[in-house]
Amino acid sequence: MKAVAEPSYRQRVGYQAGLLGGFATLAATLLVAGNMITKEPIAEQQRRELLNSLEKVIPTEIHDNDLLADPITVQWQGVGEVIVYRAKYEGLVTAVAYRVTGKGYAGPIHCIMGIDASGRVLGVRVLAHTETPGLGDKIEVQRDPWILSFNGLSWGNPPPDQWAVKKDGGGFDQFTGATITARAVVDAVAEGLAYFEAEKSVLLASYAAVQSQLVVE
Amino acid sequence: MATSYRRIARDGLWDNNVVFAQMLALCPLLAVTGTATNGLGLGLASIAVMVASALMISMLRGIITPQVRIPVFILIIATLVTLVDLFMNAWLYDLHKVLGLFIPLIVTNCAILGRAESFFSRNPVLPSLMDGLMMGLGFLLVLVVLGAVREILGSGTLFSDAALLLGESFRFLEMTLIPEYRGFLLMILPPGGFIALGFILAAKRVIDRRIAEGTIWADSPQKEGAR
Repeated sequence: MKAVAEPSYRQRVGYQAGLLGGFATLAATLLVAGNMITKEPIAEQQRRELLNSLEKVIPTEIHDNDLLADPITVQWQGVGEVIVYRAKYEGLVTAVAYRVTGKGYAGPIHCIMGIDASGRVLGVRVLAHTETPGLGDKIEVQRDPWILSFNGLSWGNPPPDQWAVKKDGGGFDQFTGATITARAVVDAVAEGLAYFEAEKSVLLASYAAVQSQLVVE
Repeated sequence: MATSYRRIARDGLWDNNVVFAQMLALCPLLAVTGTATNGLGLGLASIAVMVASALMISMLRGIITPQVRIPVFILIIATLVTLVDLFMNAWLYDLHKVLGLFIPLIVTNCAILGRAESFFSRNPVLPSLMDGLMMGLGFLLVLVVLGAVREILGSGTLFSDAALLLGESFRFLEMTLIPEYRGFLLMILPPGGFIALGFILAAKRVIDRRIAEGTIWADSPQKEGAR
């Protein structure tokens, strides 16, 4: 800025307040516009992301519905609301998928797990975690096949007291240097399975069955 | 005052580089440079914000009074950063998941406010744009170099996931330099960032001294070195 004499009105508080207010209005307008432009694409991206992760834990052969079409929200003791996505084949629920969260070494480990109608694990994937790179990140399927070891297991196989890492007397491998990470994931999956066993009837009830039940009562 | 674009370019890229000389923006620098691709992504986002704020602030410099300039600059920068954040979330979703936390931090990147204060608000539009671009490029350069060093030493790859950022046609950038590499955890973690940055800064000083002594780039004008 050159050292020319500034017009006196620019020294007034009113001018400066107006200037700041003007810029705030301008900024707000730009942000509203930006939000309107990007709202749809962001929602679409998040939808696609969710669908991608669901497809990894529910094979496409066992359902003919849109997995995102009619999720149900259930209350899960100690966790709160859990959204359950249901895979249906000809109207019958063939599998459910929901998020489970483990207490990792450096923060929550968010996983998604798919369970078929007979209670067997179809797949578990880690969605987000903050574990130590190189040690704890072996829970990601891209880095280590460990997470696939849950496939096919259920709440009776192995028995509930075996749902722990080997160090704790259970049946699952842990990682050197990241026992807590493996333990967190095993616990989360076990919790998810125990919940499925307890609430099987609600989770697997197809829409029609729920309806008729209501009528009977 | 005749503005030398060459001078501006040299300042931004080397002599007065955001990181090398001003030692600013170290937090995002050390945090995201686990891979060269992440560095490139944050660098590009920073350039976008830098150039856009250069344009806006230099255009509006006539009406902004010194008393309220700092809040106005911050407002402009924060708006631009939020827009970049939204656009990246919408169209570069996978990269946004990685960089997401650090995009809003560009607001507090003192490098941008520093340039707004010392250059954009005192110079016409064109030199400001040039300065914004060069400062941004200088930052990008450091981000990519540091990211590359840490990625090669830490995981044996270079530009992994570049296709997420630049599109499928850039998949050729993804290289595995050391096959079957077990990884070197330290370099991926923040301490590795400090160590690598230290070596890079040392290398910069050595090169500067050689230039001053005239042993390399002997044709470079000596008067520019004397400030």
